[in-house]
Amino acid sequence: MRPVRQFLRSPEGVAGLLMIVLLATAALTAPVVFPGDPLAIRGPALLPPFADAAFPLGTDRLGRDVLAGLMHGARASLAVGIAAASVAIFVGALVGTLAGFAGGLVDEALMRVVDAFQIVPGFLLALAFVSVSGASLPVVILAIALGAWTGPARLARAEVLSIRERDYVAAARVIGMHPMEIALREVLPNALPPVLALSSVIVAGAVLTEAALSFLGLGDPNIVTWGSMIAEGRNVLRSAPFLSIIPGIGLVVAVLGVYLLSEGLSEAIAGRRSRA
Amino acid sequence: MRRAFLLLRRRLITSIPVLLIVVIGTFFLLEAAPGDAVDAYLLSIGGGDPALVAGLRESYGLDRSAWARLAAYLMALLRLDLGWSVLFGRPILDVVMERLPATLWLMGSAVALSFSLGSALGVVSGARPGSAADRLLSVGSLTLYAVPSFWLGLVLSVIFGVQLRWLPTAGLESIASGKQGFERALDIARHLVLPVAALGFIYMALFLRMMRAGMAEAWRQDFALAARARGLARRRIVLRHVARNALLPLVTMLGLQAASMLGGSVVIESVFAIPGFGRLAQEAVAGRDAALLIGIILVSAVLVIAVNLVVDVVYAVLDPRVGASEPAT
Repeated sequence: MRPVRQFLRSPEGVAGLLMIVLLATAALTAPVVFPGDPLAIRGPALLPPFADAAFPLGTDRLGRDVLAGLMHGARASLAVGIAAASVAIFVGALVGTLAGFAGGLVDEALMRVVDAFQIVPGFLLALAFVSVSGASLPVVILAIALGAWTGPARLARAEVLSIRERDYVAAARVIGMHPMEIALREVLPNALPPVLALSSVIVAGAVLTEAALSFLGLGDPNIVTWGSMIAEGRNVLRSAPFLSIIPGIGLVVAVLGVYLLSEGLSEAIAGRRSRA
Repeated sequence: MRRAFLLLRRRLITSIPVLLIVVIGTFFLLEAAPGDAVDAYLLSIGGGDPALVAGLRESYGLDRSAWARLAAYLMALLRLDLGWSVLFGRPILDVVMERLPATLWLMGSAVALSFSLGSALGVVSGARPGSAADRLLSVGSLTLYAVPSFWLGLVLSVIFGVQLRWLPTAGLESIASGKQGFERALDIARHLVLPVAALGFIYMALFLRMMRAGMAEAWRQDFALAARARGLARRRIVLRHVARNALLPLVTMLGLQAASMLGGSVVIESVFAIPGFGRLAQEAVAGRDAALLIGIILVSAVLVIAVNLVVDVVYAVLDPRVGASEPAT
C-alpha cells in the first residue's frame, strides 16, 4: 500500500482526486437531483446567482436552471471526454502495434497516414467531420478521436519496436503462433502501459475539444453541455456574464482535476525520486 | 548551412505523399456528405425539372465517378487551382489568401508572446526547482493550461472590453475609421491584444512547464555539477548552462503545436469576430461549401508543414549534431 500512502501525501494528487470525485458525483446524481429535461423552462428568466434559493446559480435568458444545466453538462462533458479518449487510445494502440510489428511497407504506409492526421489541425478535421455526418453524440466522439489517436499510435509503435526483439516473442514464433496472434496477444498488452499513461492528457484534450465544438454550435443540440451553455450565455454577455463564466469554471475544474490526478499518480508510482 | 539544406530537402520529399493522403482523405470524407453542389443550388432557387438537374450535373462534372473527379481535382491542384467556391462565387485560393494574413498575425503574435514569456517564466521556475516561486508558477501554469482558450477570451473581453472599456472586443480594425499608416497599425494592434492574450496564455503555460521540466533535468546532469564545481556564479550557471540546454525541446514543441494552434484560432476568431482563416472554416461549414472546406484543410496542412520546416532548420542551426549523419548525395 506504499503507492497509496505516497499518493495521499502529494497535495496535487489529492486536490485532483477531490475535483474529479466532486464532478463525478455531480454527473452521476444529476438525473436524481434534477429529474427531467435540463433544457426545460423552470422559472423567471435571467435570475442572478444566489438571489433565489430555488435557483442557487440563477437562470438563463429562457428561464432554465443553471445549476441543473451545470450538473447535466458534467455528464455530457465527462462521458464524451472519456469515450473519445478510449476510442483514440484503442485505435492508436492498434495501428501503432500493427505498424511496429509488421514493419516494412505496412509500417511506412501506416506512419504516413499518422503524419497526415498530425499535420491537419485536429479541430478543423473535427469541424469537417461533424458538418458531414450531422451533430450527434457518437459523431462528436468520433470526430474528437480523429484528431487524438496519432499520439498513442506513435508511442505504441515505439514500444512495439523494442518489444518485438524480446525472447518471449521469439518463443511465441517458435511454437507456431500466428503473427497476428503474437501482435495482439503478446506484444500489444506489453506495449500498453506507457500508452495508457497518455490517457489523462487525451481525456483533458477531448473535454476541451468537445466544449469548443459545442461552443461553435456543432454539438448535439438535444444535450446540454458546458460548451453550449457558454455559447448560450454569450448572447447576454454584457448584461449577465455569469451565464458564460459558470460553465467555464466547470470546464477548468474538470481538466485541472484530470491533470492533477495524473500528476499525483505518476509521482506516487515513481516514488518521488524526481526531486532535484 | 549545407547540413540544414540537405535536411530541408529530405523533409520536403517526405511531405509530398503525406499531403497526397490529406487531399484524398478529405476529398472522400466530404464526398460522403449527403447532397452535392447542385442540390444546394436547387434548394436556393426552389427546385427544377430533371432535365435541368442532369444538365447542371453534367456541366459541373458531377455526373462522373468520384475517382474521375478526384483525378481532375489533383490535376487542378498541380496548377495551384483549388477550385471554385460556390459560397463566395470566387476562386477558393483567392478567398483563402485574403483571409490568411489576419490569422498569421494572430498566430505569430501568440507564438511570440507565449514563447518569450513562457521560457522566461520557465527559467525563473527552473532556476531553483522546488522553491516557493517554482511551486507557485507550477500550479499557476497548470491551472492556466486547463482553461479553454475561447472561455478565457470571453472572460478577458468582459473584464477589459465591457467593464473597463480599455480595449475593443470585436473585429480586426475600426470600421470606416479612415486611418492610414502608423495609426492604422496601432488600431489593428489594439484589436489584437485580447485575442492574442487568449490564445497565447494557454501556450505560455505549456512552454513554461516544458522549460521548467527541461531545466530540472539539466540540473541533474554532470555538466551542471561541473559548472558548480568550477565555482561559477549561480546566475551564470542558470542562464548559460542549464537554461540553454533546456531551450532546444521548446523549439521542437513549437513545431508540434503549430497544428493545434491553427485549430485553436478557429474558435478564437469566432469569439472576437476576426475575419480570418478559422472564421472562414466555420463559414464554409455553415454554408455547406465542401470544396472550400477541402481547400482550407489543405492550406492549413501546407502551413503546418512550412512551420515545421522552419523549426527543423532553426533546430539544425542551433544544434550541430542534428543532420550531421545526413548522407551527402
